[in-house]
Amino acid sequence: MSFEKILFCLFAALLIGAALMVITRRNPVHSVLFLVLAFINSAGLWMLAEAEFLAIALVLVYVGAVMVLFLFVVMMLDINIAELRAGFVRNLPVALVVAIVMVAELVMVLGPERFGLAHYAKPEYKPADYSNTAELGLALFNQHVYAFEIAAVILLVGIVAAISLTLRHRPDTKYLDPGRQVRVRAADRLRVIKMKAEEKAR
Amino acid sequence: MKRVIDYIRSLFLFELLRGLGLTGRYMLSRPFTLEYPEEKAPVSPRFRGLHALRRYPNGEERCIACKLCEAVCPALAITIEAEPREDGSRRTTRYDIDLFKCIFCGFCEESCPVDSIVETRIYEYHFENRGEQIMTKGKLLAIGDQYEEQLAADRAAQAVVR
Amino acid sequence: MDGLIAFWNDLPVVVRVLLKIVVIMLPLMLMVAYYTYLERKVIGHMQVRMGPNRVGFFGFRMLGLGQPIADAVKLMFKEIIIPSGANKVLFLIAPMLSIAPALAAWAVFPFDAEWVLADVNAGLLYVLALTSLGVYGVIIAGWASNSKYSLLGAMRSAAQIVAYEIPMGFALVGVLVAAGSLNLREIVLAQQGSLLHWFWLPLLPMFMIYFVSGVAETNRAPFDVAEGESEIVAGFHVEYSGMTFAVFFLAEYANMILISALTALMFLGGWLSPFQGTALEGAFDWVPGIVWLLGKTFLFMFLFLWFRATFPRYRYDQIMRLGWKVFLPITIVWIVVIGAMKVGQLPWWFD
Repeated sequence: MSFEKILFCLFAALLIGAALMVITRRNPVHSVLFLVLAFINSAGLWMLAEAEFLAIALVLVYVGAVMVLFLFVVMMLDINIAELRAGFVRNLPVALVVAIVMVAELVMVLGPERFGLAHYAKPEYKPADYSNTAELGLALFNQHVYAFEIAAVILLVGIVAAISLTLRHRPDTKYLDPGRQVRVRAADRLRVIKMKAEEKAR
Repeated sequence: MKRVIDYIRSLFLFELLRGLGLTGRYMLSRPFTLEYPEEKAPVSPRFRGLHALRRYPNGEERCIACKLCEAVCPALAITIEAEPREDGSRRTTRYDIDLFKCIFCGFCEESCPVDSIVETRIYEYHFENRGEQIMTKGKLLAIGDQYEEQLAADRAAQAVVR
Repeated sequence: MDGLIAFWNDLPVVVRVLLKIVVIMLPLMLMVAYYTYLERKVIGHMQVRMGPNRVGFFGFRMLGLGQPIADAVKLMFKEIIIPSGANKVLFLIAPMLSIAPALAAWAVFPFDAEWVLADVNAGLLYVLALTSLGVYGVIIAGWASNSKYSLLGAMRSAAQIVAYEIPMGFALVGVLVAAGSLNLREIVLAQQGSLLHWFWLPLLPMFMIYFVSGVAETNRAPFDVAEGESEIVAGFHVEYSGMTFAVFFLAEYANMILISALTALMFLGGWLSPFQGTALEGAFDWVPGIVWLLGKTFLFMFLFLWFRATFPRYRYDQIMRLGWKVFLPITIVWIVVIGAMKVGQLPWWFD
């Protein structure tokens, strides 16, 4: 077994183990942390497949930003474990059926008779100076530029929608406008005047 | 116009740079630090340090057990017991100051009609066992005897304002 | 000498890499230790004090140079207290999670034209990914401590780091557009020419934003709300003691050095001599590149301390405003400007 195969098995085993932990842990914070582990392992797998840009982008975007926000929310939850477990057994048969159907579908679509080595030749190892990032950029901005721009616009709409949700004016809030605070000068608020000492009242 | 100027000033962090300049200048100036065990700050004649009981030049202790200090002490740190001596004069049999209670306000010294209880310039002392913080009459008198010269000089220097 | 080189080449790859790692890590850890000393000294002098000046070696005071060693020994012998109700595993993993990315990022860092542990193509992305991982140590520490102050510190830190990562990333996008490469070595080589060819000039706003975001990312004053000792005791590491605390401490300083070094690398030409392209170039040819790199890094390390001695802590909403409403728009605008410069082949950086 070559070194790469050992690495692949290691990453794959860790990935599946972590993914199982995500759905079986009772504590949601643990689940999120295992999900982080799963992401890092899948990044390792992509790295093995010479997709270094995707691997690092996965760590950067999902682990570095999205999962941080996830953790942020989950930590705020007031966890009641007993309540979380309720209904697990009752819903198990339905869940199993759905899972089996999904696996069957995946096998049918991605199975060896469609995606095997016979259909797609094993990719060649790329030379050391091959830049995955540059190739990806060229593909995205030439071949797929239309889809790329549409995705960007959809995201922009999402951003605008989310921001517009926060733009409500409540008259009772004590919001401070930092811009106005910064502009304040001592001379605007304080007037130093000179006056003669007054005679003491007798 | 003023708003534009303000905007430019805040955009280029003008005030932050001035702040940096200030700390930068101070970094190059000489530190004020006194390196304590080797160097010591000058002590005022009014300094309120460890207590002492003084004597008259003829060796008679000054304290007449009037208990004014005990009465004035805001921290209730002073305990006095008194009875007549063989010669009939009124003297203390016990004069304790609990240094854990004492707040070094100097009221005892101010209240004393005979300049007996005083606070010295001593500020370097420590206790190693519980109970040592009680300054008994004997200890206080011993300190007074040891530093009498200094104490007398300090009182004389402050005589104008006292 | 030839024998030595032959011996080196005969070593297994793993051993060679390990030795290289040690060669990078040892001076780095020493630098971290003495950075804490420098901080106390510099801030002391800015406050017209002296800073540590007692602990020396062999009975000599030597300006207090023994202080970091004494601190390290003290912390090592202190008890590690695990609070009741704390999640023990996560509590102990958190400090490691915070120091590991700070050290791992040095793997792709070029110290000179040839001195780099791993010459990775996507080096810039790797560095960005790792700096964004550092926040996990803080968050997990805050949650696992089972303390409300810790949790508050973790929350503040999470929101702050997510907010500042974006301008930081955009600043790096500016760098990579200007250099045309993600490889850190090539980024430095793209700055060749003279002091004015370095990227600090065409990327001036990016340069400032990168460094300030770096200060925020490392939770240093004036952005140290995650610790906020006057508000939430010590923030995420209230419950940590002994060596576990020391590791957080080391991670913070290692991160500061990393940010300083990266700023020097990407905006001040890394190991390039500042006299390049001037009459003095020949006179300073004998200086090894790493000296220039260290000098530039030291400049930013000093700025970290200077900021801390000068600025009061930002209010929380102001931090958020600065990140989202000031830095983000400026970086986006400047990426467009950089793109225009690049397309227009503006002399003398991009021709």
